[in-house]
Amino acid sequence: MAKNLFQKVWDTHTVKVLSNGQTQLFVGRHLIHEVTSPQAFGMLREKGLPVRYPERTFATVDHIVPTNESSEPYSDPLADAMIKELRKNCEEFGVTFFDVSTGKQGIVHVVGPEQGLTQPGMTIACGDSHTSTHGAFGAIAFGIGTSQVRDLLATQTMALGKLKVRRIEVNGKLAPGVYAKDVILHIIRKLGVNGGTGYAYEYAGDVFDRFTMEERMTVCNMSIEGGARVGYVNPDDTTFNYIKGRPYAPKEDDWEQAIQTWRSFASDPDCDYDDVVKIDAEDIPPTVTWGINPGQAIGVDESIPSVDTVSSDDRAGTEEALDYMKLTPGSPLEGTPIDVAFIGSCTNGRISDLEEVAKLIEGHKVMDGVQAIVVPGSQIVSHMAMEKGLDKIFQDAGFEWRGAGCSMCLAMNPDKLIGDQLCASSSNRNFKGRQGSPTGRTMLMSPVMVAAAAVTGKVSDARKVFTN
Amino acid sequence: MALAKINQITGKAVYVPGDDIDTDRIIPARFMKCVTFDGLGEYLFHDVRFDEEGNKKNHSLNDERFSGSSIMLSGKNFGCGSSREHAPQSLYRAGFRAVIAGNFAEIFFGNSINLGIPCVSMDSENREILAQWIESNPTHEVTVDVDSLKVIAGELSLSCEMRPGARESLLNGAWDPLDELLSASSEVDQVAGRLAYI
Repeated sequence: MAKNLFQKVWDTHTVKVLSNGQTQLFVGRHLIHEVTSPQAFGMLREKGLPVRYPERTFATVDHIVPTNESSEPYSDPLADAMIKELRKNCEEFGVTFFDVSTGKQGIVHVVGPEQGLTQPGMTIACGDSHTSTHGAFGAIAFGIGTSQVRDLLATQTMALGKLKVRRIEVNGKLAPGVYAKDVILHIIRKLGVNGGTGYAYEYAGDVFDRFTMEERMTVCNMSIEGGARVGYVNPDDTTFNYIKGRPYAPKEDDWEQAIQTWRSFASDPDCDYDDVVKIDAEDIPPTVTWGINPGQAIGVDESIPSVDTVSSDDRAGTEEALDYMKLTPGSPLEGTPIDVAFIGSCTNGRISDLEEVAKLIEGHKVMDGVQAIVVPGSQIVSHMAMEKGLDKIFQDAGFEWRGAGCSMCLAMNPDKLIGDQLCASSSNRNFKGRQGSPTGRTMLMSPVMVAAAAVTGKVSDARKVFTN
Repeated sequence: MALAKINQITGKAVYVPGDDIDTDRIIPARFMKCVTFDGLGEYLFHDVRFDEEGNKKNHSLNDERFSGSSIMLSGKNFGCGSSREHAPQSLYRAGFRAVIAGNFAEIFFGNSINLGIPCVSMDSENREILAQWIESNPTHEVTVDVDSLKVIAGELSLSCEMRPGARESLLNGAWDPLDELLSASSEVDQVAGRLAYI
């Protein structure tokens, strides 16, 4: 029977059906970080359990790492305790740790693909909702809670209910200045922040066929913002070429066999889906969020919505968002003054994101009064960027060039908004207080749009700003 | 040790209005700088309950009438966003034992069930009726009946829903799956052995 990728990967990794009807699913790769794992190791100690397959778990440190100091102890004693705890747990339980000193540290969802740990047909889990990123490789990747981190450490399996699968096809050609970030913001805008609950999203169509791996990762990364715990793209030559030669990729002798296996996981042409949605690429504008969830997004040339223009269901949420964001309904989005510009995160902190912006900002300067920071997603991204001289380009334009980490995406480190500052951000969440100040405001957009906001001091259409 | 069978939760209830309440709202990220879950109850909904000077804001969780509540009522897509188990942990540690909402974000729902916190979904009409009842009867108890899938408040008996597998886990005292997962050790080894990758 024809199957989609989700079904194939699910079936391959099914251990058994549990008494409550859920599936005991084997998870081939487990990624951990300092925030959601310490309690799980604590529970193992309490129960006297070992890590069942330590060779299948990999760790790095990202959320709490300061991006402007590299020496330990960190000035924040809580952050310092967390990195030391992870180091201790990895040593004690025999888990590979991409520590700061290895030169391979970074945001867990940048590090996995970069090391070649993320491969098609795998099940992957991590105590972080943006684990869906790894689906870009045709893996089924779940964000999980700490109790499930414990379950994985102890058994390499977890209890899960099967998801339905929605295929989202984006066909046609994206307009110039429209990026992967705009594609996912547009999808969430159309399907809602709740629309994907209970689903895995299979992204497909011309646009995804042409996308690079890093573009696919940007889209899969934000699946969870649309409610979908899992998002994936079927593996193809683009996928295989990206993996080839990476440290944990199959070696020369095993390569052809690996490709054959990986290809076999792709959805069969005549397989069934629980739902299919088709989107025209031409309809996608450079998209920016104006509100307090990622679905509250509009095209850069549109106006801020008012409670009268939304459905009755959305009225209360719109009112709350307008109030929090201090925006005037009906006024143009373009021109909204910003205070901070942030380029980075597991959504848009990869080398291609930095290259794309660097290409455009030469000769431009960050507007006076705007703090603009660039935070590479990993030490390796940072190193590659510096070899290409991108750090200089950013610094010459007035951006601060920082060390690798999650930084201002969620502000569990010194990078955070102050008061009601408004941040043009390439990250993934615009929730109230997300960037560290309980009154701080976030507008999500592509890295190029963040750069346009940085140099003009206001939300701007990058296509009008970068005309050189 | 056998887990408790969770058939029903009875206690005072509090209404926290709003759709799409995310886990950053439930427990802001800065309070996750910790290596245990102890003490998280104190920071539940911190930034909407307190201003930057630490003064109490107008929020139902600060309303004395609802103090000591163990059941929370809220809107659609409750618990969206980050996968942090710190969110249901902080609810639990603040004394909450059940949540009623329009529906729940996937990861939050699973995390809560794993801690033995029933999460039941209720349509908007019934939520409105229940919210009004709570407002008028702040000292009275509400019962979330997992078995019959009813929420009982005074004379009211309102229907609610829960995914079958999760409901059975609670009713059978099997909401923490670890022991059952551990017991399949040889089957797990077989699956590991047949995979094309380590």
